[in-house]
Amino acid sequence: MSVVKIFVPMDTTACALGAEAVAAEVAWQASNREVEVELIRNGSRGAFWLEPMVEIEADGDRYAFGPVNRGDVAGLFEAGFPGICQHPLFLGKVSEIEWLVRQDRLTFARAGVIDPLSLDDYRQHGGYRGLNNALAMSAEEIVAAVTESGLRGRGGAAFPTGIKWRTVLDTPADQKYVTANADEGDSGTFADRLLMEADPFQLIEGMTICAIAVGASEGYIYLRSEYPKALRVLRQAIATAEAARLLGNNIAGSGRDFHLHIRVGAGAYICGEETSMLESLEGKRGLVRFKPPLPAIEGLFGKPTVVNNVLTLAAVTTVLAKGAAYYKDYGSGRSRGTLSVQLAGNIRHGGLVEIPFGASLRELVEDFGGGTASGRPVRAIQVGGPLGAYLPESQWDTPLDYEAFTAVGAMLGHGGIVVFDDSVDMLEQARFAMEFCAVESCGKCTPCRIGSVRGMELIDKMAKGENRPASFVLLEELCETMELGSLCAMGGLTPMPVRSAVKYFQQDFERGVER
Amino acid sequence: MCSSSGATAAVVSAAVRKYADIPGGLLPLLHEIQASLGFVPRDCVADIATGMGLSRAEVHGVISFYHDFHYQPSGQNTIHLCRAEACQAVGSRKLEAYVKTRLGIDFGGTTTDGRFSLEPVYCLGNCACGPSIRIGDDVIARVDADRFDELLDSL
Repeated sequence: MSVVKIFVPMDTTACALGAEAVAAEVAWQASNREVEVELIRNGSRGAFWLEPMVEIEADGDRYAFGPVNRGDVAGLFEAGFPGICQHPLFLGKVSEIEWLVRQDRLTFARAGVIDPLSLDDYRQHGGYRGLNNALAMSAEEIVAAVTESGLRGRGGAAFPTGIKWRTVLDTPADQKYVTANADEGDSGTFADRLLMEADPFQLIEGMTICAIAVGASEGYIYLRSEYPKALRVLRQAIATAEAARLLGNNIAGSGRDFHLHIRVGAGAYICGEETSMLESLEGKRGLVRFKPPLPAIEGLFGKPTVVNNVLTLAAVTTVLAKGAAYYKDYGSGRSRGTLSVQLAGNIRHGGLVEIPFGASLRELVEDFGGGTASGRPVRAIQVGGPLGAYLPESQWDTPLDYEAFTAVGAMLGHGGIVVFDDSVDMLEQARFAMEFCAVESCGKCTPCRIGSVRGMELIDKMAKGENRPASFVLLEELCETMELGSLCAMGGLTPMPVRSAVKYFQQDFERGVER
Repeated sequence: MCSSSGATAAVVSAAVRKYADIPGGLLPLLHEIQASLGFVPRDCVADIATGMGLSRAEVHGVISFYHDFHYQPSGQNTIHLCRAEACQAVGSRKLEAYVKTRLGIDFGGTTTDGRFSLEPVYCLGNCACGPSIRIGDDVIARVDADRFDELLDSL
């Protein structure tokens, strides 16, 4: 019998669900039964509801089983695994799993398919074509392509990437930097993590393209410390890229240099704010800076710096490999390309869904997500992380598009969608928004530092039913002060979840006396 | 010199030598000290400051700003429990209450036998399969009270 390839994911979620034990059991059962197998640790495809999802390769196709627990492995072998076999966990051809087939994967096309640490795999699946094209282009042409693609920052602010790169390119300096913001702190988001764990070379390639475009020779990935697995994968991938001369001096014989470093955060949500991240990279407290000057003009160590989200830099590889028009062809309105939605919270079929902008929230949560995990009705959906609005059913037909979300007083942010069933207490959620701001505020500006504490106190009073009518007025005034007076989005957007909770779920704030 | 023992002082001075010339090297330096010792010795702040060309206030400012850095040693196992929204949606508030009762400590505390420390964390990136906790470098998904008991017994 020829050697069968077996794939067991190694990403954080698969491992959190027992993939390590499954991999060990597969290896043990195979050797016990003298079945010759090649065990490959792929990244996850992001269908987390099917993890640990074990795949085999047969007749040039991939077939899946899932979710597989350690205790299922012996039974699988009894049924004929690692061949195609009848078993309750058999999912059929991966290329026919509807949840995956209905997606348009550009950025996550390789996730779960390849061995994340194999440069050969990456290249065989289209990797480094973008960089090769970029090396044959002028800096102007690269920036023009990124601008033309319509790509906007995927971290949440949705600023046009090409304009940011243009500013750095046009600012003369003896040193420039490219930084990847991998401080993915929003609850309900894991797309950056999945990309780094499942396809790390894509981030490296995207940063290299950026460095060549803007004239930077040094780059930093600012990775949150909560992602130890991503750190291990990235370190290994960077070492591999260096050995292959795709990083370091004279990249791919081009005469261009790009040195890439990883810096690990230390558990501060605020360091996902770009200027706070730069302070942290400089080894300081993560205090938010005043803007201007823009980081593109005076950024890291006072030099022109590109600060882009992981997914933005990853998307650049597609733009350069397949052309701006190809990328721009996806999407709706001014939101071009694909959006990596993360279905999270109380959701039956949670995971990573990459689709063009424009689908409705309802389609995502009902069609892809399959409703709640608890089986109870969905009551509220928080979109865009802890600073995003809680939306009631009347808003679920809003298309996933930056402008459409802004129009309803919400934001798409980094694409996190957190579903709550009807057991949620929205007063508690509003209080938590204030508490989170109080815990994570950098402390530099008063509306955020003090306002959040006052917000908690006020909502506690409302919970007790004290002086309720005046409290609503006071809470709204406090929200206004935080929104208008805060230095950055932390204090400025904390009112968004609070106000939406009050506006759409007011009954939760009026039960006061009975509470 | 640190008034700490020779071994501790050696860890600190080796880290200072390694990072003194690295731009923005204070965070990686503190991570390295903490990985070796489990905490940052308060009496070594002056040495770190001198070695890195910073003031003591700057070093203390950084240590106190970031949740990850501690002046006190933690328990043998640090349990990070996710408090963020995606985990709340699947019952983390209940889990949090259970864990605190079971361990008899609040966030930031260490059990009297020194075995467990409990820390809050705001998102582990496992949001489709919460409630999530992290023990060491392992994230564990779909934790409820029973699963938590199992995990505790296995440590």
